Amino acid sequence: MFYRETGQFKTNYADDMAIFPIRQDRIGIAIIIAIALILPFMVSDFVLKTILLPFLALSVAVIGLNILTGYTGLISLGSAGFMGVGAYACYKLTTLFPEVNIIIWIFASGFFAAAVGVFFGLPSLRIKGLYLAVATLAAQFFLQWAFVRIPWLFNYNPSGAIEVPLRTLFGMPITGPTAELEVKYLICLGFVIGMTWLASNLVHGRIGRSWMAVRDMDIAAELMGIKLLNAKLMAFAVSSFFCGVSGALFVFLYLGGAEAGTEFAIRLSFLILFAVIIGGTGSMIGSFFGTAFIVALPTILKFGAPAIGIAITGATAEKIVLMIIGALTIYLLIVEPHGLARLWQIMKQKLRVWPFPY
Amino acid sequence: MLHVSPNAATTGIAKGEVLLSVENVSLRFGGVKAISDVSFDIRKGEVRAIIGPNGAGKTSMLNCINGFYFPQEGHITYKGVRRQKVRPHEAASSGIARTFQNVALFKGMTTLDNIMTGRTLKMHTGLFWQLLRHGPAMREEIEHRRKVEDIIDFLEIQAIRKIPVGKLPYGLQKRVELGRALAVNQTFGTTIALIEHDMGVVMDLSDRVVVLEYGRKIADGTPDVVKADQKVIDAYLGVAH
Repeated sequence: MFYRETGQFKTNYADDMAIFPIRQDRIGIAIIIAIALILPFMVSDFVLKTILLPFLALSVAVIGLNILTGYTGLISLGSAGFMGVGAYACYKLTTLFPEVNIIIWIFASGFFAAAVGVFFGLPSLRIKGLYLAVATLAAQFFLQWAFVRIPWLFNYNPSGAIEVPLRTLFGMPITGPTAELEVKYLICLGFVIGMTWLASNLVHGRIGRSWMAVRDMDIAAELMGIKLLNAKLMAFAVSSFFCGVSGALFVFLYLGGAEAGTEFAIRLSFLILFAVIIGGTGSMIGSFFGTAFIVALPTILKFGAPAIGIAITGATAEKIVLMIIGALTIYLLIVEPHGLARLWQIMKQKLRVWPFPY
Repeated sequence: MLHVSPNAATTGIAKGEVLLSVENVSLRFGGVKAISDVSFDIRKGEVRAIIGPNGAGKTSMLNCINGFYFPQEGHITYKGVRRQKVRPHEAASSGIARTFQNVALFKGMTTLDNIMTGRTLKMHTGLFWQLLRHGPAMREEIEHRRKVEDIIDFLEIQAIRKIPVGKLPYGLQKRVELGRALAVNQTFGTTIALIEHDMGVVMDLSDRVVVLEYGRKIADGTPDVVKADQKVIDAYLGVAH
């Protein structure tokens, strides 16, 4: 009844090719952004710190991996490693050149991750599937090793960790221990909106189509004149760029300090991959569903279950979370490869004709 | 069906002249000879059928023309230039497009996106504008969308524009695939090399037919000549020993 596109005629191709061609979708997005802007002032610091901030920071990485795995069909288990590259690059940049604004460095750290990503993406020209996963696993372990063993990366800090320094924007602290959570949230949100916009522009154009062509049928893609080398390396570059920015956000705006050996470990790579699968491969909105799922589930179990009288310890909750995510990933891979995003689509399809059956 | 359709606009070759010629081509896979010493030519604007029983080497032949395989002996001359080793994307940019025996569409993409992908070679805006999807990138996108819409109209597939092709029935998929091949060159009067097992279709459509058997050429000529050739009849119907 409310979600109908009847009567919305497109009179030129630009309108028809818009990312949200249906008016109700545009209104919906505007409402979501409005809610996202006032949300930090409505919820407690606890929710902000344990759910919203990691959700925003990680969603950028999940979009990044979705570009690689969902759109281009190349699997990677090195996402956390590339996030680490972004985080360390940002740390080095801001300690070497403290006068440049941290926002610029967070963005610039993506380029470092992209360069590393392209290097580790080179094997994708020869190998696919499981073997590529193993090759990217090597990237993950090598990078993790480098973060621990190269003291220059953490400025020879005896603890081996990076501590986020205080940085300001218009005189307001945005990183470091004194920064307000709300401010950190809004900065993160800005990055998420901007990066999502860039990503969806990209996947709707020539480059996005060549990625999907490589994913669906690489032989035919080559016949269309798509150079597999360029398309795959471009996917690795863009994907790692997103992971890098995500890593910088993760450390600078969410954690406030990190020891990469533990933060950017293989476990996070897997979680990001699961978020892509649960949310829906090849879907922007799915990336957000997937991230929300993996970020919110542990908190809900850990703090929600005791609240309704089920006594479980933190450690048990952690294990249950892994079991649920694992089972759901397998279930979705078999039953619904397009994940939660597909359910969203089905719901929209039903809404179109509601309240009539068809 | 498979076809090759060189671009009419960029060739200086007049209709009816030789566009592509295959000279003494042999192709081996280890000890197996897929094609032995086959020669034929394709003239501009004609429909050239390549027929033969299973395993005759028809698809291998097209794979050579396309750049998927490199023949060990002989060579292929295209637009008057003898080709060295050509990669598939280079063949595409020189104007050779094709469809496959089994539909090779991008199944997860819509009809529109599939055909738009055929325009890839003609699109040049870089990463920066692609990221913004404004200015030159959007202008280019609209320009090519117009051309793709002409193809969509020509093939009468307007209704399935935004449906993922994986959900379409086989016949429509075949049409979308033809649309994608047409989009590579955007000319409707193309030269076509056709592989087809339905003899009715072959005899109706083609101007000239080349017949392969066990990797060798056994006949070459107009449909009527080929139809009456004893070797062709033997190849298809078998001979009493």
